Amino acid sequence: MSKLVLSEEETMLADMARGFLDGAAPVSTFRKMRDEGRTHDAKLWKEMANMGWAGVLVPESAGGSDMGFAAANVIAQEMGRTLVISPFLSSAVIAATALRQVSDERAMAALAKIASGNVTYALAVDEGIKHNPDATAMEAKADGNGFRLTGKKTFVVDGAMADRLLVLAKTAEGLTLFDIPADRAGISREKSNMIDARDAAKISFDDVEATGDDVLGQVDSAMNVLRPALQAGQAALAAEMTGLAAGAMAMTVGYLKERKQFGVEIGRFQALQHRAAHLWCETEVTLSAILNAGRMLDNDPENAELAVSLAKARATDTAILAVQEGVQMHGGIGMTDAYDMGFYMKRARVGAEWLGDYSYHAEKVAASRGF
Amino acid sequence: MADGSAANEFRTQLREWLEANCPAEMREGRGTEAAICWGGRNWAFTSQAQKDWLERCAAKGYTVPTWPVEYGGAGLTREQEKIFHEEMARINARSPLESFGIWMLGPALLHFGTHEQKLHYLPPIARGEVRWCQGYSEPGAGSDLANVQTHGADKGDHWLVNGQKIWTSYADKSDQIFALVRTDRDAPKHKGISFLLIDMDDPGVETRPIKMISGISPFCETFFTDVKVPKDRIVGTENRGWDVAKYLLTHEREMISGGGGGLLGGGRALGAVLSDTMETLDTTLRADAMRCEIDGLAIGLTLERYKDQSEAGQGAGDASAMLKYMGTELNKQRHELMMTAGGSAALEWDGAVGNRAGDWLRTKANSIEGGTSEVMLSIVSRRVLGLPA
Repeated sequence: MSKLVLSEEETMLADMARGFLDGAAPVSTFRKMRDEGRTHDAKLWKEMANMGWAGVLVPESAGGSDMGFAAANVIAQEMGRTLVISPFLSSAVIAATALRQVSDERAMAALAKIASGNVTYALAVDEGIKHNPDATAMEAKADGNGFRLTGKKTFVVDGAMADRLLVLAKTAEGLTLFDIPADRAGISREKSNMIDARDAAKISFDDVEATGDDVLGQVDSAMNVLRPALQAGQAALAAEMTGLAAGAMAMTVGYLKERKQFGVEIGRFQALQHRAAHLWCETEVTLSAILNAGRMLDNDPENAELAVSLAKARATDTAILAVQEGVQMHGGIGMTDAYDMGFYMKRARVGAEWLGDYSYHAEKVAASRGF
Repeated sequence: MADGSAANEFRTQLREWLEANCPAEMREGRGTEAAICWGGRNWAFTSQAQKDWLERCAAKGYTVPTWPVEYGGAGLTREQEKIFHEEMARINARSPLESFGIWMLGPALLHFGTHEQKLHYLPPIARGEVRWCQGYSEPGAGSDLANVQTHGADKGDHWLVNGQKIWTSYADKSDQIFALVRTDRDAPKHKGISFLLIDMDDPGVETRPIKMISGISPFCETFFTDVKVPKDRIVGTENRGWDVAKYLLTHEREMISGGGGGLLGGGRALGAVLSDTMETLDTTLRADAMRCEIDGLAIGLTLERYKDQSEAGQGAGDASAMLKYMGTELNKQRHELMMTAGGSAALEWDGAVGNRAGDWLRTKANSIEGGTSEVMLSIVSRRVLGLPA
């Protein structure tokens, strides 16, 4: 029975991650990248790969550190705290989990490339404004031994810079997941100008050729591979958002202790104390859902859906609360671009939407709880 | 996986024992007020099955599964305790015994009591022979609990106690009371309080029930007039009773927050509970209920997490204020939703949906008793976040 407390190894990992990120990627790094219009830091990602983060879910036989989902959550949570930009979720969590469901020779080779940090992936699933993989309309028409992909994907996170794409498309009897290079003929990518200053793209597929080898898993059975990958991504994103909430809250509580009005620190006012305390309570409760999701994915992945959706729903709620309270309690300065709180707010909103919003996950919880 | 197989063996044996020993009548009504066995000198068992169930559990230490065996418990580990509750829930078994002795005084004695005190007081609690109540609040000491005025004058071999307590839950049905009494009026307010154990049959102790908005009278007023309390009936050190009180409040907060199983309705999903009375939930109610369910599950996990932490040697400490605040506010919401689902049927006392209105009204005390939500937030603000007082 794994407990809902961090193990010694996980605690060490969290401490190490925090120490590293405070030095290598504080919020000022995010600001600099935003100012320069950069959405990828290859050097930073290489360093993360060297620490085993890119291979956190890759088997050791493929050069990974194979630390598991709870550990991936720990890393994501620390990244959220300082708004670190990296392909961690897209490549190390989502793509690695998908490839691992297959684990044939080709998949193992792909996993090795993820672990080394040399290849990045993006998941091209969404087509409308809401996450809804079951409603995928993009078609992969059978053509001889292969397929022809035609259609449009949107909100493909890390899609503008990724080396490879995992693409969900409709085939004769169901949905199929393709693993193809992003520069294949017929693919055109348009980078979206995102509020969180990160990479997301609209991608068009115009009669793109795919062979049977490009299919990840079985034809017409994408969900066997995609569902675990989505769940891993949702849990890690929830962890990131919980870290984000903690980061925003730490800024806010720090500000309450320093800012003086009416001759005293504003943190002496009970109206603000209780708002801050309530936020801490919400964050603490959400943290339990994150821990639980990691444990379930590691120990009982077949039955992890409730735990994952619970974590994503709670984290969405908590992150949104943390940034709203953050701006409100900072007052006017919280509204300025020169101050970091706005970055937290914008990332929280993107995280809230990605891989299913609150309602999407609340419905999943409801479905398994007899509503 | 040696641990896993030991756990499985424990589960198997427990399952067999429960199958053989839990009477059929004790496998229904779980979690309802009417099903509770409180025990005590004056307890009238509602059935032979209730009596048998208590005695069988007490003989195995299952009324207080985690207490040491020598004090009437079963000495279960945290993992075994989890299994115990899972197996009890699996057959829908009622708790054999609930009491303030189990929830509050027991943990305080285990922590602060002498070995002799533990041997003397704990086994009767475990067997359900003595029922305790709590004497904390006073008319002038609510949220400002340390402002107790009930006075114990030092008379050599005893204290002479005079004063008044309020909100003494079930005092009219209890045998003994653990009370905060000021034994040094000159000391600062937190430093002059002692934690005394008083027999409700002692001359000078009088109690009377207070009728509440829910129509029942679980709370009482208790008066002490020249009550003699022998000097050995104290837990912890003289004038250091506040330490005991605080420790015990932590347990109380965890219990009120749902540790007793009330919060999650015995693990039953809110959607299912609401569907009992409403065939289709309208959109707004359904959305509210889903949010409530999500928060309830996450708070339940948080209780588990803090128990795991406490087993790993990290106590919940001031975070118990968070558990209490979040758990009780949620419970109130949950009952609001149940009232809505019940419609006009829920507006009748003991109507088609039972005592739903009474239960709903009772929950309003959750965020007041054991420290108000506002006091909990102030505790978090000062002690966890370090904001200035």
